[in-house]
Amino acid sequence: MKGQHSQSADGGGAACAATLRRPSVKLRLFREKVIEIAILVCGYLSIAIVALIFLFLAKEAVSLFSTENPFAVITGTKWYPISDPPKFGLVPLLLGSLFVTVGATIIVIPLGVGTAIFISEVAPNWLKEILKPTVEILASIPSVVVGFIAILILGPTLKSVFDLPTGLTALTGSIALAFMAAPTVISISEDALRAVPVTYREASLALGATEWQTAYRVTAPAAASGIVVAIMLGIGRVIGETMAVLMVTGNAALIPHSFLQPVRTMTATIAAEMGEVVRGSSHYYALFFIGLVLFIITFLINMAAEIFLHRGRS
Amino acid sequence: MIPARITQKIAFTTLFLFAVIAIAPIVIILTVLVKNGISAINWEFLSEMPRQGMKAGGIFPAIVGTLLLVGGTVLIALPVGVCAAVYLSEYAPKNRLTRLIKLSIVNLAGVPSIVHGLFGLGLFVLFFGFGASLLAGCLTLAVLILPVIITASEEALRAVPVTFREASYALGASKWQTVRRVVLPSALPGILTGAILGIGRAAGETAPILFTVAAFYLPRLPGSVFDQVMALPYHLYVIATQVPNVPKEFQYGTALVLVTLVFGINLVAIVIRYLYRRANRW
Repeated sequence: MKGQHSQSADGGGAACAATLRRPSVKLRLFREKVIEIAILVCGYLSIAIVALIFLFLAKEAVSLFSTENPFAVITGTKWYPISDPPKFGLVPLLLGSLFVTVGATIIVIPLGVGTAIFISEVAPNWLKEILKPTVEILASIPSVVVGFIAILILGPTLKSVFDLPTGLTALTGSIALAFMAAPTVISISEDALRAVPVTYREASLALGATEWQTAYRVTAPAAASGIVVAIMLGIGRVIGETMAVLMVTGNAALIPHSFLQPVRTMTATIAAEMGEVVRGSSHYYALFFIGLVLFIITFLINMAAEIFLHRGRS
Repeated sequence: MIPARITQKIAFTTLFLFAVIAIAPIVIILTVLVKNGISAINWEFLSEMPRQGMKAGGIFPAIVGTLLLVGGTVLIALPVGVCAAVYLSEYAPKNRLTRLIKLSIVNLAGVPSIVHGLFGLGLFVLFFGFGASLLAGCLTLAVLILPVIITASEEALRAVPVTFREASYALGASKWQTVRRVVLPSALPGILTGAILGIGRAAGETAPILFTVAAFYLPRLPGSVFDQVMALPYHLYVIATQVPNVPKEFQYGTALVLVTLVFGINLVAIVIRYLYRRANRW
């Protein structure tokens, strides 16, 4: 006990040497108190950061409404930030994000959930050991690289398949984003499927059901809440994605009528325009307002997913 | 009616195809980048400054910039993240406030990267007056990877058996002594994995550094933390979409260097975790 105390108090010297110059117990207690306060502060830091992000976005965003009418911004159909007078209608950008997100979601649900069921229910162990790290690696591909490859391969392919004037469209963005959101959907769905007790599957198999019948009638429904959460978080990822959509969706801030037209998402607008904007101008505040809208959307999605997850557990 | 066995065969084949399609991008990206980019990679490309408006020379400052950014980010995020994880796993009471912390972490993880960029611009670049600088960029990226580090570290700390802590207390150790000498060392591989995954994330991000640090074209190395730097992901964006007529070879080469760096970092994390799980002593 003596050794333990002294060794810790000097921060890790040799035990016998430390016993000779052992600092007082008081000093040690004081130091521990300081460290524990630091730990406490770090613990609460996340709350502070989220609050700060909201405050900073809101502070700049609200300034927009000293010159612009909030109603006109939210329902405006023209985004002409550098014309005179400028127009900051968000509708084209909201629709751009919506098109890309809906497209990506339609693709990623079968792709992600299907792959998760394959990994969890069908694949033999050795294949699981290969697929799971591969999915993680997939998640780590930088979005700028996805954008780069999509411009060079996906865009031209879609252009010739659909005979379009340009290959950089909402659909191109949707496909690229579906692959970027897939790892999120796969790994969270797979966790949910794995959490279903083996006894459920055994009972189903004992009743004469095939493995596939068991997977889609018993296991998948039992994991449904986790799978829904996975899809929601995947959608959150898609809405927030910036570089890939900036590079591949063609960047036309117009109201889209089809998936085969260029669009401009909210994220891409911030990334493309913040660099050249004059600080303190309406345009600057408008970009922060878009950031605030994005923050609120993803915040709501994450909260909903979290609530859903807890309900599913209890 | 189709026999159940045949339905199963069809269903499983379809699922297998989904899995193949889902991981196809890795194969495609790697093949394309290696095939077209490997010829660009030579000592000159890796070690020289860009010249003639990035149409010649190398990508040395972008590589150094990314390494500096990633190093600084981890230096900031790791201690803070590990302390937060220690708080959550060892100290936090089970109450509403703790629940609020966890919700904040989940939300922080879901904040779009471009919003992190705006936040970094607002807080670090303008409010603190750091300007577009290495310091502002590292702080912004640190906020971005904090949830990754906290979540992985907390999981690793919680996996340490209660009996380890009890044994330490029984020897007369205080709470902090137990955390520092028993719990943290046991959780180290897990924490390391989280840190490395965070590094991989920070190395590949572009949106958060756009307005906080990244320089369009800066053919020299930074002299202090208040200098801007070039970074690999932003450099790839610039030469792929912003500057016309950059040789394709350069674009592929830059992408290959970036992907190799990010994959390499992630592979290290995966291998550490694999060895750790196999050698799990309890």
